[in-house]
Amino acid sequence: MAKTKRPVPGRLRHNIVLIVFTVAFVVVAGRASYLQIFSADYLKREGNARYLRVSQDNAVRGMIVDRMGTPLAISTPVDSIWAHPYTFNSARGNIKELARLLSMSVYELNKLATKNANREFMYLRRHVTPKVAQRIKAMEYPGVFLQREYRRYYPMGSVFGHVVGFTNIDDVGQEGLELSYEPLLRATPGKKRVLKDRRGKIVETVESISLPIAGRDLKVSLDRRIQYLAYRELKAAVKKHNAKSASAIVLDAETGEILAMVNEPGFNPNSRLERKSQLFRNRAVTDVLEPGSTLKPFTIAAALESGRYTPGTWVNTSPGFYKIGSKTIRDSHNYGRLTVAGVIQKSSNVGAAKIALTIGKQRLWDILTSVGFGQRTGSALPGEATGSLRNPDRWVTIDQAAMSYGYGISVTPIQLARAYTALANQGNLVQLTMLPGQEPVYTENVMSKSTATQIIQMLELAAGSQGTGNAAQVRFYRVAGKTGTVHKLVNGQYSDDDYVALFAGVAPVSNPKLVMVVTVDGPRGDQYYGGQIAAPVFANVIAGAMRLLNIPPDAGSKYKKQIVKVKKSGPA
Amino acid sequence: MPTSLTTLQRWNLDKPLGTALLMLAIISLGVIFSASGQDVSITVAQLVRLGIGFAVLFLAAQIHPDTLARWTPYIYLGGLVLLVIVLLTGVIGKGAQRWLNLGLFSIQPSEIMKLAVPMMVAWYFSQQHLPATSKQAIIAAGIILLPAALVAVQPDLGTALMIASSGAFVLFLAGMGWTLIAGILILIAASAPLVWSYFLHDYQRNRILTLFDPTADPLGTGYHTIQSMIAVGSGGIFGKGWLESSQARLDFLPESSTDFIFAVFAEEFGLFGIIILFSIFIFATGRGIIIATYAQETYTRLLAGSLALTFFLYFFVNIGMVTGILPVVGVPLPIISYGGSSVVTLMAGFGMLMSIHANRKIAQP
Repeated sequence: MAKTKRPVPGRLRHNIVLIVFTVAFVVVAGRASYLQIFSADYLKREGNARYLRVSQDNAVRGMIVDRMGTPLAISTPVDSIWAHPYTFNSARGNIKELARLLSMSVYELNKLATKNANREFMYLRRHVTPKVAQRIKAMEYPGVFLQREYRRYYPMGSVFGHVVGFTNIDDVGQEGLELSYEPLLRATPGKKRVLKDRRGKIVETVESISLPIAGRDLKVSLDRRIQYLAYRELKAAVKKHNAKSASAIVLDAETGEILAMVNEPGFNPNSRLERKSQLFRNRAVTDVLEPGSTLKPFTIAAALESGRYTPGTWVNTSPGFYKIGSKTIRDSHNYGRLTVAGVIQKSSNVGAAKIALTIGKQRLWDILTSVGFGQRTGSALPGEATGSLRNPDRWVTIDQAAMSYGYGISVTPIQLARAYTALANQGNLVQLTMLPGQEPVYTENVMSKSTATQIIQMLELAAGSQGTGNAAQVRFYRVAGKTGTVHKLVNGQYSDDDYVALFAGVAPVSNPKLVMVVTVDGPRGDQYYGGQIAAPVFANVIAGAMRLLNIPPDAGSKYKKQIVKVKKSGPA
Repeated sequence: MPTSLTTLQRWNLDKPLGTALLMLAIISLGVIFSASGQDVSITVAQLVRLGIGFAVLFLAAQIHPDTLARWTPYIYLGGLVLLVIVLLTGVIGKGAQRWLNLGLFSIQPSEIMKLAVPMMVAWYFSQQHLPATSKQAIIAAGIILLPAALVAVQPDLGTALMIASSGAFVLFLAGMGWTLIAGILILIAASAPLVWSYFLHDYQRNRILTLFDPTADPLGTGYHTIQSMIAVGSGGIFGKGWLESSQARLDFLPESSTDFIFAVFAEEFGLFGIIILFSIFIFATGRGIIIATYAQETYTRLLAGSLALTFFLYFFVNIGMVTGILPVVGVPLPIISYGGSSVVTLMAGFGMLMSIHANRKIAQP
């Protein structure tokens, strides 16, 4: 067809080749220049977004120490194993060995990696032992790295379990002091900008954004020695009486510092398996109960404050019960005529009720409110219950009578302990605290000094040989305290065989230093009285605490006998 | 013709083309050293390949075009046989059967066809009267499409297209009629949907779709394109400097030593580097076209033109792919990219060009 026109390809074809050639060149050269001149900034940012990363340097969480500096919660460095899923998935290596070190099956490991395939980070195993960490590091499995983290360790284990609480695996407080002082204890990880390659490996640090800041240490008012005593005695009592649960609190009566706080059942915060809510509830602050007879001292205080009663005023409790409408208030015996002091000593419900009915609702409500019932203590422990103290406008006669011996009102063990500081401090209620060495804060004169002193004298009788709490007695020391045995409210009815045994007391009487409350819930056995179950715990703990705190004995005659004994044995 | 021959002329070596190729070889070694993460063994391996390439170039330059023309049908047929063998018994490499293991070394028969196809078409037309008739054009198309199809089913679409293109250049230069060219273009355009639906693999379709929106699947098919565009753009006007390519150093850029080596070069040397590199490529291509222009025999003229244009096509497709205007088809950047057979093939082609030039029939006009 074109044969006749041209023998060989001509200039046109040559020019077309040159034109196509030039156009093609202009296109690629233009494209490259476009990327490098006009899109350069955008593409540089995109590039940076791919390999510049902010990396964290974890810091140490603050320690929690007791008042003498003994560590209660400390952080130890530990390694966690993580992987860059993309690199991990595309890598080949001894996955069997890796899985074994991570204590997973190869299947589980692969499944985890597949699930996270589109992420840049996945944990393989948190907080491994140094030996495992070392072996995995030595394996140099592609895309598998170590990260320094801190693991919380509780040297005292279950002794401080509830009060100190614990952190989760991310080092964040979950319960107890760990939770309430989280802002103080928390460590701030350092941040740095790093260059990471596609396998997630840090190639170099570009700049430091912020340095890691360690959390601050927390010194709390708890005393390791008294805490241990309380823990040991409470645990023994719960075991002996087969009780459901129990709490004990020891306060410094003058400063309001909490020296010990234990609960049963307990748990070991070092074991994640034991972290069940039933076990780690700090019942001393979270659980409410009816205080029963341990409330009577405040009824009597109100009576003394009214001016209508003195400790010697006679009250007839005969015949051992007292009818108000359809309800009957009972004593365990017919005590006949009792003085006001005798009402406390024998723990007569009838006596307390009769007194309460003569002094008026408002006066009773006032004193219960002023010693802090129905209000939180501000102990800084999480989950503290408020309890309930109903408004007197809504009390009917039976309510007023029942209130006098501690029914119809709910309190927490820690509220009860705080209320007793008013008795111990000559009428001044102290604010509770977990921090040692602070200036104490008082609510002054919630009752008069003489009333407080008289109540303490009555409570010494109640804890004396003729009182219900004689098991609370401590050698060489004068103690004062009140027992309580409360029928538990079960389905709206007071149970006949389900009790809470309580004891609240003060020691030493001559210059009160400690307040202690013991509550034992649901003892199963022959014994269920507060005097039988809670009072001995008080006695054993106070006896030890007095010695540990170097408090001079104040039980004169017994003290002298002891000296004589020592002198006798001395030369021999 | 000059009466006294220089040493270079005595060995049929072309000074301008040789200089350009040496410069590209030096650039190749520098960029591969950087892109491989300063891996000396990889750089040395490339040095060895380039050495072999230049040796092949030297040998090819000693073969007289007439001898080459006589061998052409046998080389072509031999290549076809090897292609069939590789299809039947090929060793599996990266999911495609391309390599033929000859015991001592492996070869890619498709590489042979890159040269054999234009040679064969040129030889065919040298036996005919030019310009080509429709019938001749159809026979030539058969010569081109048979090996191209065999390579395409390996599957290696990129190489198949390059082989077909190198043959088509000969066809075009042979003076194929305009109506025929228009007809073929229309045929290609019309068959495109068919090819799309029935002949392309899913990954191939995805690569073409990715071109229109690389961000549609940034971790999948768009990944190569996005990373390489970032690398090229990050270079800016002056570049980050040799060994400073973040994308390659941090392993974000895949195939950074092979098909995507231009991205590393662009990130490190910027627009200025690109201008120099492009100038060398244009110079080499231009020199090839000049050689084709001086060649007066049908066979040499067609072959030289095709070789020069094919060289440029490689360059164009590779840069287009790396800068995101062409689909990712797996075409290396000539000479610069790390890779065995392609360097040897190219160098053989340049050797032929030099031989053609040295043995031209007329003096320079």
